[in-house]
Amino acid sequence: MSELINNLGLGFSVAFTLQNILYAFGGAVLGTLIGVLPGLGPVATIAMLLPSIYALDATPALIMLAGIYYGAQYGGSTTAILINVPGESSSVVTAIDGYQMARRGRAGPALAAAGLGSFFAGCVGTLIIAAFAPPLTEVAFKFGSAEYFSLMVLGLIGAVVLASGSLLKAISMIILGLLLGQINTDVISGVPRYSFDIPELTDGISFVAIAMGVFGFGEIISNLGRPAEHREVFTKEVKGLWPTKRDFQEAWPSVLRGTALGSVLGILPGGGALLASFASYTLEKKITKNPSVPFGQGAIQGVAGPESANNAGAQTSFIPMLTLGIPPNAVMALMVGAMTIKGIQPGPQVMTSNPDLFWGLIASMWIGNAMLIILNLPLIGIWIKLLTVPYRFLFPAIMAFCGIGLYTLNNNNFDVYMAAGMGVVGYLFYKLGCEPAPLLLGFILGPMMEENLRRALLLSRGDWTTFMTRPLSAGLLIAAALMILVVTLPAIRKKREVAFQDPD
Amino acid sequence: MRIKSEKDFWSGVMFLVVGLAFAWGATEYNLGTSARPGPGYFPLGLSLIMAALGAVVLFKSLTVETEGGDRFGAIAWRPLSVIVGSVALFGALLPWLGMFIALPILVISSAFASDEVRWVGAIVTAAVLTAFCWVIFIWGLNLTIPLLPAFMR
Repeated sequence: MSELINNLGLGFSVAFTLQNILYAFGGAVLGTLIGVLPGLGPVATIAMLLPSIYALDATPALIMLAGIYYGAQYGGSTTAILINVPGESSSVVTAIDGYQMARRGRAGPALAAAGLGSFFAGCVGTLIIAAFAPPLTEVAFKFGSAEYFSLMVLGLIGAVVLASGSLLKAISMIILGLLLGQINTDVISGVPRYSFDIPELTDGISFVAIAMGVFGFGEIISNLGRPAEHREVFTKEVKGLWPTKRDFQEAWPSVLRGTALGSVLGILPGGGALLASFASYTLEKKITKNPSVPFGQGAIQGVAGPESANNAGAQTSFIPMLTLGIPPNAVMALMVGAMTIKGIQPGPQVMTSNPDLFWGLIASMWIGNAMLIILNLPLIGIWIKLLTVPYRFLFPAIMAFCGIGLYTLNNNNFDVYMAAGMGVVGYLFYKLGCEPAPLLLGFILGPMMEENLRRALLLSRGDWTTFMTRPLSAGLLIAAALMILVVTLPAIRKKREVAFQDPD
Repeated sequence: MRIKSEKDFWSGVMFLVVGLAFAWGATEYNLGTSARPGPGYFPLGLSLIMAALGAVVLFKSLTVETEGGDRFGAIAWRPLSVIVGSVALFGALLPWLGMFIALPILVISSAFASDEVRWVGAIVTAAVLTAFCWVIFIWGLNLTIPLLPAFMR
């Protein structure tokens, strides 16, 4: 316990420097901004900002990027409640009851329930990270190559089992990502692979080019390919933010349940904000007896639960990234990339080799959440004005930032061309119904996975059973197999399809 | 034989073909043995698994009935060509013409990806964004980007 307090003390001493507070604030503002704007998500935004972190120190850079991710969870709910369009995919379920509340003139209490719930969940999530990260790191140090390989298999499988869409296609997308990660120079033998004698390819494809191409350009193309939506903003109705006493009584159990559920689901591979919000809505619908307003018609529980859950999930999904170096979702994959850019090898050693960064980042999350509640409740008016910005002004801005970012990656236009090509690929994925997030995860983990596989085989003298005879490794692989087995059971498969039926 | 799910059919083809291509490429590199895996070992294994999964997706798309045939749908040619074209054009022009010319061209040309485009709006957006990028990236973050055309530097 005293160690926890010491660690948090170190964290706060780092996070409370003027520079770091400013970057946390910047991340929170930017996160809210992109959360509010539909059609621009945290993956594309963080990818856009990666080139500019070359100029920053590692700690403020990561503090800012983290702020964007959890800030987006706050902003996303505003859009969902006010115009029935989820600003973020994790706010899809918030739109169901939140928008109905807004239509009945109760936009204020809906926003307050979402904001206060998110703040509570964010504080709990931060504490959970601080408490659980050190013991998990200890475990991670006991891992050999075989265990790491099996853990990555589990992580990748988990990422797709819990996500939406076809399992077969998602696993294929992971492997495609792993294969794209093989375009590089082999670390062990020094042989360039799949480079077609193009010098830029011998260093591998930049993951920023993939992320911007697929998530930035690909998404712009598909957004423009759909007919323009007509937005109805309840600008005038937002008055009286404060919820009634009855609202509080109804909302707080949902906030507690959402926080608990979100914290657990965030740690799981493949978890994070999106899954947490879906699961929480389903739970609230099941568990709430006699809601004063039925679900689907403006129940405050349907806003408070999922919004707390998605913020808790966003926080705790930092745990596998920080302790094991294994990203559970696409945003964390970019965070791993950002650490690599700053010369930090992600993994269990980060806590001991960079304690300032580790604890400073965690402490900054609490500060960031405190800023976000102020940004999102008293200052809600500013964000509402932003909702009226049409997409035709927004996407050229994304294009400009991506263009500059891509060029400055290596001061070379090769990455610009690569991202243009990836834009075509991203649009193709969208048309084929192939989720691109698993591809990014596979791409980031590919080289690490190969290295561990080859080292494990080298140590066992080519004996593949090493993955099953070492108990920890076997356990992880069995867990992965069970996950696949469970979701392919007909009864569960049907439920999974229903759960993800809502359009995103 | 009738395609029951267009999306899955083409996804299957994509995974199968790309998998086989990567596998063929992997044979160019030393495979090594299981005890001493070479540079071709991991990619070959992966690409064969992906090709196999692609074949299963393909098979299912021809046998399992889906609602409405899961159509691929019309391709949004205008956004696709304009967005990708403007990015590539930006890449080609930037080292030569510099940011003050290449960036407005990128913004204005990409604005035409939307059918709601208006000239005035696009030009104003381009001017604002160029100034903004100059302040943030050049002045604020000290990134090195060619600003002026090559002959004026």
